[in-house]
Amino acid sequence: MNPNGNKSICANEIDASCRVPLLALFGGAALWLVLGLALGLAAVMTFHKPDMFADCAFLTFGRAQAAANDLLLYGFAIPAALGVMLWIFARLSLVPLALPIVPVVAAHLWHLGVLVGTMTILFGGSTGHPWLEYPRAVAVLLFAGFMLVAVSAAATMGFRQNRELYPSHWFLFAALLWFAWSYGTANLFLVCNHPPRGVVQAVIGWWLANNLIFVWLALAGTGIAFYFLPKIAGKPLASSGYALFGFLTLVFFGTWVGIPQSAPVPAWLPTASAFGALLSVIPVIAIALVARKTVCGAKVPCMGGPFCFIKFGVLSFVVSSLLYIGEFCPRYSRVLEFTWFNFGVTQWQLLGFAGMILCGAIYEILPRVMAGELPFPKLAKANFFLCSGGVVLYVIPLLIGGVEQGMKLRDANIPFADASAIALKFLRISTTGQMLILLGTLCLLLNIIVMTLQWKLGLVKTVVTVFKDSLVEGSAHQPLPCDKEAKS
Amino acid sequence: MKTGFSVFLAAFVALGASCFGLVYGPLKQLSGAKETTVLQSDAKWPQQRTGEATLGEQVYRANGCAACHTEQVRQDGFAIEVTLATLGTYKPEDFRAFVHSLFIMPELESVTNAIAASLRDWKGDLPKTFLVTADKEIAGKLVQSVTVPGVKAQLRLVAIGPDIARGWGPRRSAAADYLYDQPVQPGGLRAGPDLANIGVRAPDVNWQLGHLYAPKSVVPGSTMPAFRYLFEVRKAGAAPAPEALKLKEGFAPTAGFEVIPTAEARELAAYLLSLRANAPLLEAPFTPVFSGKP
Repeated sequence: MNPNGNKSICANEIDASCRVPLLALFGGAALWLVLGLALGLAAVMTFHKPDMFADCAFLTFGRAQAAANDLLLYGFAIPAALGVMLWIFARLSLVPLALPIVPVVAAHLWHLGVLVGTMTILFGGSTGHPWLEYPRAVAVLLFAGFMLVAVSAAATMGFRQNRELYPSHWFLFAALLWFAWSYGTANLFLVCNHPPRGVVQAVIGWWLANNLIFVWLALAGTGIAFYFLPKIAGKPLASSGYALFGFLTLVFFGTWVGIPQSAPVPAWLPTASAFGALLSVIPVIAIALVARKTVCGAKVPCMGGPFCFIKFGVLSFVVSSLLYIGEFCPRYSRVLEFTWFNFGVTQWQLLGFAGMILCGAIYEILPRVMAGELPFPKLAKANFFLCSGGVVLYVIPLLIGGVEQGMKLRDANIPFADASAIALKFLRISTTGQMLILLGTLCLLLNIIVMTLQWKLGLVKTVVTVFKDSLVEGSAHQPLPCDKEAKS
Repeated sequence: MKTGFSVFLAAFVALGASCFGLVYGPLKQLSGAKETTVLQSDAKWPQQRTGEATLGEQVYRANGCAACHTEQVRQDGFAIEVTLATLGTYKPEDFRAFVHSLFIMPELESVTNAIAASLRDWKGDLPKTFLVTADKEIAGKLVQSVTVPGVKAQLRLVAIGPDIARGWGPRRSAAADYLYDQPVQPGGLRAGPDLANIGVRAPDVNWQLGHLYAPKSVVPGSTMPAFRYLFEVRKAGAAPAPEALKLKEGFAPTAGFEVIPTAEARELAAYLLSLRANAPLLEAPFTPVFSGKP
């Protein structure tokens, strides 16, 4: 990959440069993931026992569910994806991370924002726009944190040794650009002193939700998968041409989806979304083909390792995206709208696709940047089986229940209570899946925490030794041993 | 795709197009919207909320009510109802026979079964809707044919669809209905029923408050969580406070205590009562029922 690199750069050195920023991003992300899932579980309890939180304002469904969703997206998916992005950019560029202190600061700003935002929602300060519930101050914090990470990522990309771009570059760079753009725009219009009047607020909200949940996660997840799949499979990415085609069609068409078909807005908006959705089938299939060709024939045992996570994630991406697109087909939307179906698809995109790919990437990256083995490799495997089983058990009942509920809602002779009751039956099964996912992600959190503690303990020991040595004799600084050449 | 610049440019153009189309476009078209007029009337639409209801919308927002309730009625299309308003000296059986005699008209051939079915068990109660059709010509012809001295039939434009049939509203929600909402919360999940017209469907503030405090006390089998934290249970004085909730047996607190709605609960109830999307508009027309009640 680096034919004219005149300076061989040590992979260890690149990994070590990412250590502190990545720990800050991943540690917080894993914690928010666990808390988000736990809060989601508490929220859904309202459906099993309606009066459980009748005296407890901050755990009422509307607040807890919004906070849980935001924790999964803003708390987990985005910072984890940013961390993986930084590492991929450094590895692809064959240079150590540029400005490593900047993402550390950014990670702390970001996590502080998520903490304040979650508390605000739980205490009733949500803005009321789905996926944009965080108040203005938090939006500013998140935006600043994101921009700082983006600066470091872009600088690392700019210093790359090999000028040619790898497919992951396109996806990840577009993800950097698009989050800042869409999140900034939506907040400027909706979370300000003079929001536009009327239903246009909902339009901007739908636009943002689509661009974060569908487009942004697709860009970040695919970019990450296109880096790790060939790396683990030991083959080059199958077809750059298809990948480029998939990328361009995704940013051109996927960004137009999002306006529900029955929305009370001028008809051209839902129509544009329906066309965008129809054309978004193209990038999904293109990405699926590239991934399939890359993975097929690779004789790499998977056994619950990172390869499994990422393969499961890509499969989830394809299926959940097709289901999501189906929701914008006017014929199906009439049945699926306002049911648990959409909830199920969103959770699949967040946990089954982004969650699995990011967990896999973290398990792949962590031992490298920490220069050590995972403390509990068995728990990492358990994580895969718990989470993949959990996602299936969580999402599939919601989808089936959603369709059932939708069909019953379409028939005015069936009382509304019956339509809700049928969905509740499926909700009970899906809660089991949610618990499994929570257990699985606890394994991730445990691995990261123990690894961080080991590293901090090591640091203390080193400082003590260095201090002792310097008392004895002025020993020189030893450079890191370089056991392998950097390869992308 | 050799350099970063071309990727940047491609992404920039694509993302810019979406932002232009789905943010700038709607802003340009919709954000300058002003109140409209109700169809065939001088009344303005929508009406500004009272102060209490405006505060109540913030309670609705803060508690995430929109997570389970939509504020949006959907509609499949329109139909025309032919309604009999007066019968004159006809007896119901005579009218039935008279209508049956019209079935030889070739224009009515496609609807004879529907008319016959709707008149079969009719006892003479008025107004009586005896045909709902999408075909304007057939409806017109039918009204023309049955209008004989003493008999008066009317055409009504009605919205159709399951939401309408459930009685959630007389027409689809239109963009104008949300003009004074801040924030606009159309909702995305119907774990509970639609609330676009809850102010028309359940106009009693005491019902609303009782429902918030103990949903099962007014809707048996309801799956809505109780919002007891919006109420205060306190020791009753010598005489019960006028604002205390009148609750059914089994839902009331122990004797000597009474349930007082907090300001938030009263505001939320006022907001719910302000939810009504029941005026015919140019973009969502229908013919109101004679009394003006939807």
